[in-house]
Amino acid sequence: MKKIRKKIAVFDVVVMVIMVYIVIVTLYPFINVVALSFNDSNDTVKGGIYLWPRVFTLGNYKEIFSNPNLPLVRAGFNSVLRTVVGTFFTVISCCMLAYTLSRRDYVLRKFVSMVFVVTMYVGGGMIPSYLLMKNLHLLGSFWVYILPGLIGYFNVIVIRSFMDSLPPSLQESARLDGANDFVIFSKIVLPLCIPVIATVALWTAVGQWNSWFDTYLYGKDLLSMTNLQYELKKILDSTQATSGQTQTALARNGSLIINPVSSDSIKMAITIIVTVPILLVYPFVQKYFITGMTLGAVKG
Amino acid sequence: MKTFYNKGISYRGGICMQNIIRTKNTNLGASKKQNITVKKLIEQKYLLFMSLPFVIWAFVFCYVPLWGWTMAFQNYRPATKFSEQKWVGLKQFKLLFADDTFWNVMRNTLGMSFLALIFGFTIPIIFALLLNEIKSTRYKKIVQTISYLPHFVSWVIVASIVTTMLSTDGGIVNIVLMKLGILHNNVSLLTKPTYFWGIITASDIWKEAGWGAIIYIAAIAGIDQELYEAAKVDGANRFQQMLHITLPGIKPTIVVLLVLSVGSILNTGFEKQMLLGNPLVIDYSRVLDLYVLDYGINMFRYSFGTAIGMFKSVVSLVLVLIANNIADKLGEGRVL
Repeated sequence: MKKIRKKIAVFDVVVMVIMVYIVIVTLYPFINVVALSFNDSNDTVKGGIYLWPRVFTLGNYKEIFSNPNLPLVRAGFNSVLRTVVGTFFTVISCCMLAYTLSRRDYVLRKFVSMVFVVTMYVGGGMIPSYLLMKNLHLLGSFWVYILPGLIGYFNVIVIRSFMDSLPPSLQESARLDGANDFVIFSKIVLPLCIPVIATVALWTAVGQWNSWFDTYLYGKDLLSMTNLQYELKKILDSTQATSGQTQTALARNGSLIINPVSSDSIKMAITIIVTVPILLVYPFVQKYFITGMTLGAVKG
Repeated sequence: MKTFYNKGISYRGGICMQNIIRTKNTNLGASKKQNITVKKLIEQKYLLFMSLPFVIWAFVFCYVPLWGWTMAFQNYRPATKFSEQKWVGLKQFKLLFADDTFWNVMRNTLGMSFLALIFGFTIPIIFALLLNEIKSTRYKKIVQTISYLPHFVSWVIVASIVTTMLSTDGGIVNIVLMKLGILHNNVSLLTKPTYFWGIITASDIWKEAGWGAIIYIAAIAGIDQELYEAAKVDGANRFQQMLHITLPGIKPTIVVLLVLSVGSILNTGFEKQMLLGNPLVIDYSRVLDLYVLDYGINMFRYSFGTAIGMFKSVVSLVLVLIANNIADKLGEGRVL
């Protein structure tokens, strides 16, 4: 009996150690990035910054906002704009489509769902899409962030299965009162779908906030198209061109005038600015992220 | 931009497709065959208004690019009418298969896919199993919440963080590796081709393992608790319970996800390779999509690029269908 108890304790300790390790490995990079972003950029190159800044400064943040080569305000505005507008249109569209597909009496239901099921499994690929955007004159237009990704069929399925679970009697009584299908959708079904809408909206918003490749493909070098992720990507490219080692060596000689954007601390400050919105909302909304995920999993 | 989330969608989609099929089956008896009549269409005009614009959207943004595959059989010249394009048959594909870069790209794609399959697939399972062994619900929740945080930050941010962690001046990875005696001096790991696949795999695990575990955690929650009671009576310790009850309990989920990830083996994604790669490691970092980007778009060889993309899509589709059949044969039900 005693032996078993001891074994259990060992097992618990092993699990605990692994979990602590996982938490450290996940969190350390974030903490380190925060520390670096508040550390004096000339001091950072000496190394040895881990959890806490050594020479505390707000200079990095001041610098990136005043750097004329870095249109941070514009990029931030665009990031927010595409997140808000893109999420709005995607959610509305997905809900409308999902509602029509949830109506078993809809005569075109089979046809419409076939059209969309196919889109889940085959796509034209990068070049045909690129040429399509070009032909539609969407290159360099803000709508290229919103239109191509308007409907994600996975989202539609999630919303539709939620709508399926609503009591049908509500819709029936509204119909008896003379409400048309659009009124039923907007006044009755939509308000009941708030939980699933929250989930889909969050997924879409995170996707919009995080995307940069469409900017690279469709709006390169355009101030009106840039966003935070893309600015950070450009900085990454420029710092990789000059290897860290040579930079350090030159800094020790004192002969290097550090290019503000290529210094690690400034890079980290921008990384923080791009990450912070996600980190801020994350604790409050993370349960909605999971809802949709498990909705699919448990039913499947 | 849905093509760029292909992997995620196909696997999440797969789970939900079962859903569709199930609801369809249960409703077969209930719904009579509908005849499409003009009267019905007028009656349901609001439903038409709410769905047909999206059908048009799908034709424009999903089916027109599919029609674009014809470019792979042409010598496509921009700003030329379709009827005036020169048809060249399979020339682009012959060029593709004769190109050494293509085989190098295939090696990289498959190499990184297999690493993702071996480590990226097993680690979430192990994580879910171990997490299940934490007794305190509060700690379990905290660990879980932290573990899927990186899933929500973009690859650009992850790339920025990874380059910092791997930097030669004060990056934690070099310091730890040197303390452990694995490295003897400061090495700029990102410039060494040998390490590139490992770095990609490790960053992928860091970003996605916690998120990938959610589905297993949900599956574990569905296991009958009486099985554990019975095992305890039989004298099984916690480790044995984990091996003989929890693991078999989530086996169906594991099989379905495994089959799906085999099906999407060509869709390794390219963001991480594009952001973390540099000219020094290009022979190990270029994957199929980057090949399309470099040769197709940046060099304006649209037909050649389309041929690459088409090759990838067709092979992927065949793999998904085969994978689906295998899942069916294994008795786990059709996944799609």
